[in-house]
Amino acid sequence: MELVTSVLAIAVFAGASLVYAAVGEIVTERAGVLNLGVEGMMIMGAVTAFAAAVASGNAMVGVVVGGVVGGIMALVHAFATITLRADQVVSGLALTLAGGGLASFLGQRLGPGGAPLVGMVGPRFHGVPIPWLSDLPVVGPALFDQDVLVYLLFLVVPAVWFFVARTRPGLALRAVGESPQTADAMGIGVYRVRYLATVFGGVLAGIAGAHLSLAYTPGWTEHLTGGRGWIAIALVIFATWDPRRAVLGALLFGGVNAIQFRLQAEGTTIPASLLNMMPYLLTIVVLVVITRFEALRHRLGAPAALGLAYDREERT
Amino acid sequence: MQRWKILLVAAFALVVAACSSGGGATTTAGGGGTPTTGGGEMAEPLTVAFVYVAPIGDLGWTWAHDQGRLAIEEEFGDAVETLYIESVPEGPDAERVIRDFAQKGADLIITTSFGYMDPTIAVASEFPDVEFVHISGYKTADNVATVFGRMYQPRYLSGLVAGKATKTNTIGYVAAFPIPEVIRGINAFTLGVREVNPDAVVKVVWTNTWFGPPEEKEAAEALLAAGADVIAQHQDTTEPQKAAADAGGFSIGYDSDMRAFVGDTVLTSPIWNWGVKYVDIVRQMLDGTYEGGYQYWGSMADGIVDLAPLSPLVDADTAALVDEKKAAIVAGDLDVFCGPIVGANGNTVVEAGKCLTDGEMLSMDWFVDGVEGEAPAEAPTGLGE
Repeated sequence: MELVTSVLAIAVFAGASLVYAAVGEIVTERAGVLNLGVEGMMIMGAVTAFAAAVASGNAMVGVVVGGVVGGIMALVHAFATITLRADQVVSGLALTLAGGGLASFLGQRLGPGGAPLVGMVGPRFHGVPIPWLSDLPVVGPALFDQDVLVYLLFLVVPAVWFFVARTRPGLALRAVGESPQTADAMGIGVYRVRYLATVFGGVLAGIAGAHLSLAYTPGWTEHLTGGRGWIAIALVIFATWDPRRAVLGALLFGGVNAIQFRLQAEGTTIPASLLNMMPYLLTIVVLVVITRFEALRHRLGAPAALGLAYDREERT
Repeated sequence: MQRWKILLVAAFALVVAACSSGGGATTTAGGGGTPTTGGGEMAEPLTVAFVYVAPIGDLGWTWAHDQGRLAIEEEFGDAVETLYIESVPEGPDAERVIRDFAQKGADLIITTSFGYMDPTIAVASEFPDVEFVHISGYKTADNVATVFGRMYQPRYLSGLVAGKATKTNTIGYVAAFPIPEVIRGINAFTLGVREVNPDAVVKVVWTNTWFGPPEEKEAAEALLAAGADVIAQHQDTTEPQKAAADAGGFSIGYDSDMRAFVGDTVLTSPIWNWGVKYVDIVRQMLDGTYEGGYQYWGSMADGIVDLAPLSPLVDADTAALVDEKKAAIVAGDLDVFCGPIVGANGNTVVEAGKCLTDGEMLSMDWFVDGVEGEAPAEAPTGLGE
């Protein structure tokens, strides 16, 4: 029982950054924009959030800065792919590569007085147990003894789900992702919706990075994100573009590492590499299923116009 | 209209990719001195190039090598020029970086990761006039030497400290890959632990990465949750140390004196002093007495490996014991892998009066008694001579 509780607590803590990044990417992709730059936006969010937290002495300032930086990077992607109608895959990859390099560069000189950030101790988020709730068996420590950014997710995830699935602007967002021509004919500003959705995704990716550098592995180390941005993108497919399922997926993806280390420490003999492979294997299974069965694909909500640039003048 | 835009973005991506791979070479002239102008005839400085596997900011393995580079600059000033490239992936990229250094006229190229072994050998055959030093490998050539240290000696000493410090009799060990270098460290550490605390066990968790801040932290936390109150490690960053400190436990660092970065809960660290050997090599090259192609496995007596100063949290008795054992190792009176050594499966691997040979140490793939974890092989019998 104690093992379940502790693994669950770690899964939530480790999965939080994945939830932020995946929920952001879900909104972006729902509008038909594929942004493979999540990793780059996350790592830029991580380094700037930590630098801002160190400079201001306030971790919350870091989160805001990380979010803004993520949003600015997404804006670059939006400009390239929506206005210039460039290839979304190429632009996203460029964002990841540029973000990684720029973050390393900034990490060497964003400290006080231009010093490197590496090895510096700065403000960070600590767990804030919620009275009474954190004493609940099993779920108490996992859900109610976490940091502020995790609690914020309790609001963000339902809000995003409700917005996308149940509101008129949410319907407009989905329409743009399904059929931009139809949406345009309905009087929806396709470009505006896509810009907003892409920037929103960037802001959440930036906050995801901030959670890593301010709470999960406090401090700045190069390659801090370690491929988590890519996991978030896999997670979007795994969750079939539904924020609620993204939470489950993030718990699985985030928890599996913790679990495999726990099992090793407890002395079981399941090969670690096998466990590490599981989430990716499941993603491939989901991918195969939704590609193979067209009907299921629509039911599960893959946006039909995902990855396609929209041009008003173009006849189809 | 469409195509040129796509080309534009593609071109941008290529430029970014070109810039981000390797991060570009960084040149630093020794001592920051300005080149002399006119008058005195100045000899060309000896150019020493380093290929690093991780960023210097890892505060561990690569940081320790960079301290060695700085030691060369400190020692020889304007007589040397050093170059380095960080975060070079092991594989084809490494060969390109090494060849690039050779073409640019480096006199000595030091490649600091096991995976650079074959690329180093390949490039060395094309540049017979350039000297190469590869760290931690086993292949040599006329102009390729290998350099490594008997890290198991300070590992054993750090085991003494950990064995005394544990209250739960459980010590966690965050380990990178199940290769002989890492296993040798775990075994030496455990022999130290059991010498002072026969009830203690060392639990090993493999992360399968040299450099992975989140994985290293998660592995350490798993060990702490499994009852460990001291965390040792064979990784490239300080994350296991931070995890131990956060949980109110102690830790043993590695590579560099991690107490400087994390605090006094890091009781000590087995450390590399690469500068000792690097300065030696450069001095011989400047004198013209350097002879390449050797295999060097330095010991604590040579100074290439050492134990960092103990934390003030270590009690005086333990400190005295460590001093005594260290003196014995340096004097050559004490060898870590001498019998009787019992394997994790109960086999008597080395009988009393025998010691493991260097060959047996370099191919070690089994655990000694007291280690809990997955080793590539069962402990054999009848080793040593």
